[in-house]
Amino acid sequence: MGERTIRLRINGQTCEARAGTRKLLADFLREDLHLTGTHVGCEHGVCGACTILLDGEAVRSCLLLAVQADGADITTVEGLADGERLHVLQQTFHEHHALQCGFCTSGILMSMVAFLRDCPSPSEEQIRIALSGNLCRCTGYQNIVRAVQAAASRLASPA
Amino acid sequence: MKPSSFEYLDPRTTEEALALLAEHGDAAKVLAGGQSLLPMLNLRLLRPSQLIDINRVSELSYIESRGSELAIGAATRQRALERSALIRERCPLLLEAIPYIAHFQIRNRGTIGGSLSHADPAAELPAVVTALGGKVVLKSRDGERVVPAEEFYLGYLTTALRPDELMTEIRLPAQQTDVGVAFLEFSRRHGDFALAAVAACVTTEPNGACRSARIVVAGVDGVPYRNPTVEESLVGQPLTSATCEEVAQAIGRELSPQEDLHASSEYRRELATVLVARALGKAAAKAAQCHTGAR
Repeated sequence: MGERTIRLRINGQTCEARAGTRKLLADFLREDLHLTGTHVGCEHGVCGACTILLDGEAVRSCLLLAVQADGADITTVEGLADGERLHVLQQTFHEHHALQCGFCTSGILMSMVAFLRDCPSPSEEQIRIALSGNLCRCTGYQNIVRAVQAAASRLASPA
Repeated sequence: MKPSSFEYLDPRTTEEALALLAEHGDAAKVLAGGQSLLPMLNLRLLRPSQLIDINRVSELSYIESRGSELAIGAATRQRALERSALIRERCPLLLEAIPYIAHFQIRNRGTIGGSLSHADPAAELPAVVTALGGKVVLKSRDGERVVPAEEFYLGYLTTALRPDELMTEIRLPAQQTDVGVAFLEFSRRHGDFALAAVAACVTTEPNGACRSARIVVAGVDGVPYRNPTVEESLVGQPLTSATCEEVAQAIGRELSPQEDLHASSEYRRELATVLVARALGKAAAKAAQCHTGAR
């Protein structure tokens, strides 16, 4: 029942597209914009795999309709690296083996980008609380915590 | 799964939203932050004919000090409350409870009015607003009514909100200088729904005796649970740890929580009892500090 034309900025680029009014933002990103780095896990806001930045804030893209993003500025995991140069968090996740299957990783990266911006020198407990909204079934979180710690210190004193 | 189809309506003003509600009533659902509604749509637990999205009604998002009250627009995001200097200063109980609401990603979208209207019995905000003696403003095209939180909650996921009404504002008494507050919650993992949570507000006499107490328990009943008889029995008593324990036991005896896969009824009641004693002790200690000026 119905479609709308929506305009948004996505990873720095302006885009205009038609979206069914009941289409979830997560599906719109993947199916219409072919940005498949955003993963869809539980589809009810629990797992965090679909987390993106909407106007700078980390949100679940499975709990938004695509039409609600009309006029918004969105960043997905595809927007983190600068060409071949990985984002600090991507680099530390790589170095600390903070991913195994990788399904949850893009959502965790997006959550942690927002978290480290708001809380640049977090304690381990703060990191664990911030990670609680993203489920990872492989790693046991230890290396994710280490990678976030490493990213925080690298952002504080860039080499 | 994906939502079934609906007519998507996105009014820009409260007036427009109320007109749409008057027209569609029960067939429509109001979409605020969507952090409970979208899961229900995705799982097709709900199939509304119309979805009235109030996210573009900017006049419903504000936090204002009005004399002895705080007025909060119903569509104000929980994250905005968490970051508000006004809330920190004038409503510390709310600030204490907010970090327990799901995860920061959810609070980035979730609204105060959405959570209050959804009326999940394990949710933090209904308990806080009830403990504070807050009120909600319900508007329809025919006018508005101001309903105390305690009268707003009727049962499990059930409120006094009529199909043509929209919650537009929440009014909370600003904290007086002599009140001690505490919010405590237990869940298996941070951000999960509470197995039990307690909000407590206490004032004391300079000699340490209780002047007033309001204690609300979430997760143990269909509505935020309060026991005025037990609260009154506290007045005039010294708030020692023994008194707090007795009151907690008295409240615990009255509870018969639902059993589910997360916790047995008995376990929930035990948790609630322990949390009441702790929250009351913590609130009393803070109230006592008001008298010594160590606040």
